[in-house]
Amino acid sequence: MSKILIRGAKVLGGEAQDVLIDGETIAAVGTGLAAEDATVIEAEGQILLPGLVDLHTHLREPGREDSETVLTGTRAAASGGYTAVFAMANTFPVADTAGVVEQVYRLGKESGYCDVQPIGAVTVGLEGKKLAELGAMHDSAAGVTVFSDDGKCVDDAVIMRRALEYVKAFGGVVAQHAQEPRLTEGAQMNEGVVSAELGLGGWPAVAEESIIARDVLLAEHVGSRVHICHLSTAGSVEIVRWAKSRGIDVTAEVTPHHLLLTDELVRSYNPVYKVNPPLRTERDVHALREALADGTIDIVATDHAPHPHEDKDCEWAAAAMGMVGLETALSVVQQTMVETGLLDWAGVADRMSVKPAAIGRAEGHGRPVSAGEPANLTLVDPAYRGLVDPAGFASRSRNTPYEGRELPGRVTHTFLRGRATLVDGKLA
Amino acid sequence: MMRHLISAADLTRDDAVLILDTAEEMARVADRPIKKLPALRGRTICNLFFEDSTRTRISFEAAEKRLSADVINFAAKGSSVSKGESLKDTAQTLEAMGVDAVVIRHSASGAPYRLATSGWIDAPVINAGDGTHQHPTQALLDAFTMRRRLVGRDAGLGQDLAGKRITLVGDVLHSRVARSNVDLLHTLGAEVTLVAPPTLIPVGVEAWPCEISYDLDSVLPKSDAVMMLRVQRERMNAAFFPTEREYSRRYGLDGHRMAKMPEHAVVMHPGPMVRGMEITAEVADSDRCTVVEQVANGVSIRMAVLYLLLGGNEPAAAHPRTEEN
Repeated sequence: MSKILIRGAKVLGGEAQDVLIDGETIAAVGTGLAAEDATVIEAEGQILLPGLVDLHTHLREPGREDSETVLTGTRAAASGGYTAVFAMANTFPVADTAGVVEQVYRLGKESGYCDVQPIGAVTVGLEGKKLAELGAMHDSAAGVTVFSDDGKCVDDAVIMRRALEYVKAFGGVVAQHAQEPRLTEGAQMNEGVVSAELGLGGWPAVAEESIIARDVLLAEHVGSRVHICHLSTAGSVEIVRWAKSRGIDVTAEVTPHHLLLTDELVRSYNPVYKVNPPLRTERDVHALREALADGTIDIVATDHAPHPHEDKDCEWAAAAMGMVGLETALSVVQQTMVETGLLDWAGVADRMSVKPAAIGRAEGHGRPVSAGEPANLTLVDPAYRGLVDPAGFASRSRNTPYEGRELPGRVTHTFLRGRATLVDGKLA
Repeated sequence: MMRHLISAADLTRDDAVLILDTAEEMARVADRPIKKLPALRGRTICNLFFEDSTRTRISFEAAEKRLSADVINFAAKGSSVSKGESLKDTAQTLEAMGVDAVVIRHSASGAPYRLATSGWIDAPVINAGDGTHQHPTQALLDAFTMRRRLVGRDAGLGQDLAGKRITLVGDVLHSRVARSNVDLLHTLGAEVTLVAPPTLIPVGVEAWPCEISYDLDSVLPKSDAVMMLRVQRERMNAAFFPTEREYSRRYGLDGHRMAKMPEHAVVMHPGPMVRGMEITAEVADSDRCTVVEQVANGVSIRMAVLYLLLGGNEPAAAHPRTEEN
């Protein structure tokens, strides 16, 4: 494999340095590096980050290849600067057996655009009734460590308790989609002033917060770690903050869209803003940003949820929930966290690469940018300004809430173990 | 005048008063032996009803026919919609057949707004009730009824409802009638109070331009009009209230309660009434109850809305108003 010299990039936003990649590995980091046989990338003004890791991606394959495949989803990931994604289990069939997770794992290997780590379902068919063969999924070639019924909540307290306990045997973690089902029957959007006016069924904050409160207490009781998916309310932040102060082993993620958008957008009745958990209020958005900055929320995860056009080109109630996010995540984080002064680029690397890799035990990802480490790297031009154009997405789906919106920053290069998957903003 | 009628909140005071005044002109047509105007001759209006509603559909149809429009009734049941056709495709199919306006009733809140704003079709869209969101022509016919009763048929022309105290009682949470009425009555200067058990008031109601009370008896003496909203018996099963009898005792309007209202005050109901639940037969059949008037006024209001939105190229009334003074 050839050598690549990235010249003059600000490593984690710090001093400009040169980074030499040799084969799959970072060979050297320093100033004035030279390598005659290397391909040189002039990266002055750009930021070099460890390759991003997404703990929450829906790749839709098997079953909904009309919205995304492992190949198109990983191409979208590479475009967004990701070198590893965790693929959610709510496929058709559900990833609740060793066979399905191995299929997804193999498809990821074949795609070559980023590492795909399948997430296994907690319960058979995501039905919340019977534990899936968690151990078999862990022992399979896919080596599953993260388990989630995402899309549905593991709402039975006993099943949740058992799952938390059981996965301790092999260092697994349960990622909870916190949504009390009875409180959210018919829910269409955040319950509050806007839902009252629009006459759309409310999704109250308490439906998320009550499950998180229960689960952190369960995790404490059985001594397990628990991860909270797409935390979306100010109240949830307070509960997680309290749990961490008690020493409970809880981690939490926030999506880019919950850092930027509010339920005011639903006034358009445009289902591109329909997502689960729903867009919340300005107050929640600010609480989430603060929590991500102070570490209460550990990571940003996209909840990339592709849907075909017809599932959004309809009335609100009939529309599918979810937004694509892999290709805009870093730009949204730059706008909401970096340009507001809440987080520096080293903080971005921590929340979007180091911590998610640690939670999911993604080997070789989220590593320091230093000699001897795997060359999983992302190069970002933070000065770029442009309008989001879904026509240019690598994802098979176009359901972005940012169409026509100006977002800062652009991923120019992505390297997966030394191989460029994205070059000058184009997939390699 | 606006292009579509989606929400009562979109109407300015002057828009609303113009519609009410135009409806008074339309009402005069109903008093003639031949109840028909040529205003929308040659225009085709489609009543696109995705949700069963005989009375609203018939009211629109009567209004359209009195304006000489050609009417197409489309009911979702038994149509291509029941075979999975989307709202977009249904609407585009109808427009391709040369429909000049779409009157839509849909169980999904926001469906008419989507139809009007998504570029799917060009025709004006009139909301005939969407989910638990809005039912603007209902609010207009209610305001029309109130203005006639509380201000006067002739004295009311050009007037709004400034200072009138209007009370709405019942299932506000699931009611598009309540939302539309609160918006329009506020625009027309009325003071609105909503009365319901707390379970049937939406979270977020604090942003609405009205007062909230849980005590009907204390509000009745201060009401110029009391509108009873239908309460579906099924709500009982979802724990919104314990039993039908308890609901009736606390929030139903009977003769005893009606006596607490001022002499001039009227009782209204958007229909269909659930007698014995929110209203007793004694009240429903009393002279103070305007239910039947509301139905008649509904046709006049819908004529006015269609006439104003479609910009009929014939004068609305054959006789200028001055001749009748």
